[in-house]
Amino acid sequence: MNEIRKQFPVLNQEVNGHPLVYLDSAATSQKPIQVLEAVKSYYELDNSNVHRGVHTLGNRATDSYEGAREKIRKFINAKSTKEIIYTRGTTTSLNTVAGAYGRMNVKEGDEIVISYMEHHSNLIPWQQLAKEKGAVLKYFDLEQDGTITLETVRNTITDKTKIVAITMASNVLGTINPIKEIAEIAHEAGAVIVVDAAQAAPHMAIDVQDLDVDFLGFSGHKMCGPTGIGVLYGKQALLEDMEPIEFGGEMIDFVDLYDSTWKELPWKFEGGTPNIAGAIGLGAAIDFLTEIGLDKIAEHEHSLVEYAIQEMDKIEGVSIYGPRDPQKRCGLITFNIDGVHPHDLATVLDMNGIAVRAGHHCAQPLMKWLQCTATARASFYMYNTKEDVDRLVEGLRIAKEYFNDVF
Amino acid sequence: MSFNNNLDQLYRSVIMDHYKKPRNKGSLDGDSVTIDMNNPTCGDRIHLTLKINDGIVEDAKFDGEGCSISMSSASMMTEVIKGKKLEEALELAQIFSNMMLGEDYSDKYDLGDVEALQGVSKFPARIKCATLAWKAMEKGVNEQR
Repeated sequence: MNEIRKQFPVLNQEVNGHPLVYLDSAATSQKPIQVLEAVKSYYELDNSNVHRGVHTLGNRATDSYEGAREKIRKFINAKSTKEIIYTRGTTTSLNTVAGAYGRMNVKEGDEIVISYMEHHSNLIPWQQLAKEKGAVLKYFDLEQDGTITLETVRNTITDKTKIVAITMASNVLGTINPIKEIAEIAHEAGAVIVVDAAQAAPHMAIDVQDLDVDFLGFSGHKMCGPTGIGVLYGKQALLEDMEPIEFGGEMIDFVDLYDSTWKELPWKFEGGTPNIAGAIGLGAAIDFLTEIGLDKIAEHEHSLVEYAIQEMDKIEGVSIYGPRDPQKRCGLITFNIDGVHPHDLATVLDMNGIAVRAGHHCAQPLMKWLQCTATARASFYMYNTKEDVDRLVEGLRIAKEYFNDVF
Repeated sequence: MSFNNNLDQLYRSVIMDHYKKPRNKGSLDGDSVTIDMNNPTCGDRIHLTLKINDGIVEDAKFDGEGCSISMSSASMMTEVIKGKKLEEALELAQIFSNMMLGEDYSDKYDLGDVEALQGVSKFPARIKCATLAWKAMEKGVNEQR
């Protein structure tokens, strides 16, 4: 993995006099040279708008843009590129489902089921839809270790449930949810399942056909791609029946004075000039991830998490949230230290060159469930090493000593 | 450790003292002005109550949750504004804001322990922590003018 690390130029620097240890990949990952080059090369050689030029650059840009769509299709094993819609990121993907599918299919008295571990982007769209329609928003209860049992899933979903929206991997607890099983239960009840894969797509292989999910969203920037590009996967039959929520250029078939018709899938959901460079960069990121292998990445992260939990457990006063079993969680650890507020901790670590996240992680209802207002989070990716974990653990000891003993 | 020197600029012992033993903690009842404010990016929150009579801040108490910087700043703020006229309280809020931006600020008032927060200006990510309580005070005072 040391060879891989060298392909991330940003990691090769000192921060506050110490070699950088980047442990905030769950917020956004770093980008390898391959992705930076792809974006640069597009702007230097092919920059042009897509789907409208008769000229050569326009054709090249369109080929790269649509070529990236095929890479994404393959990456999640969708049946067709018609099912791959470019978005701004997971937030837009989920809002599109709530706005286009939800508005059309949810009525007063229907139920929408989500969980306490949802990121705000997979919570607020459903909360607002429920308010607008007079529907009931229900939550899957969590077990003590931050997991959801299938029994809970069966007991919460009813024949009134129209939508089940759930994260594949929690950005706070790290919990990996049994999506395939939840999808089956949702379908038996006649509901569709919407999956937030923002924390999953960068770290584990996803097969949308095997999981049998109806909608799934993820972001490019958390998986070595650029910011501002993401994906909405939807089953073709569902997408065909949905109306676009953004109108304008690129997405129309014919426009008349008083009515218009839409392009076919996936373009009817892609109004306006898209993030062409972003899509091409995401395509390069997928090539990069595929070449290393998602299974290898997951295995590397599991070993880091296992080691980190073992070492952090040795520090008195450290509480780690989420499942204890490293196999049940993705590559992040959310924690607190007695007597040190997470912001203070993050500042101490930053002064030691270590970047972690501190705060509510865009999951305020979950913070309430954890009974804390803020936590610290260290998140790992393929470029992190055991030495990074050692530096983190050393930083935690320094912070603890500084706040508990110096003052 | 070299890195503790940098930290010491931020975490003066007087700050940690206010954090661990906050002054004016709690809530005033009766005809007090109540302000609730939070920092949506990090979850810090403050509940500030001010007793204002004849244009003077007679008493101030705060409650809340947050890091050492936000809570110590709240504690110091309540100390410094007690007995001040509304205009003076607002002037102090401005002075504090200048201090956080690393700009020159007026020496018209004895800022007491507040001076210890000067170092925060070198930590851009933490300025919002320090200003939360002052923003709440400013809002409460403006409502009363």
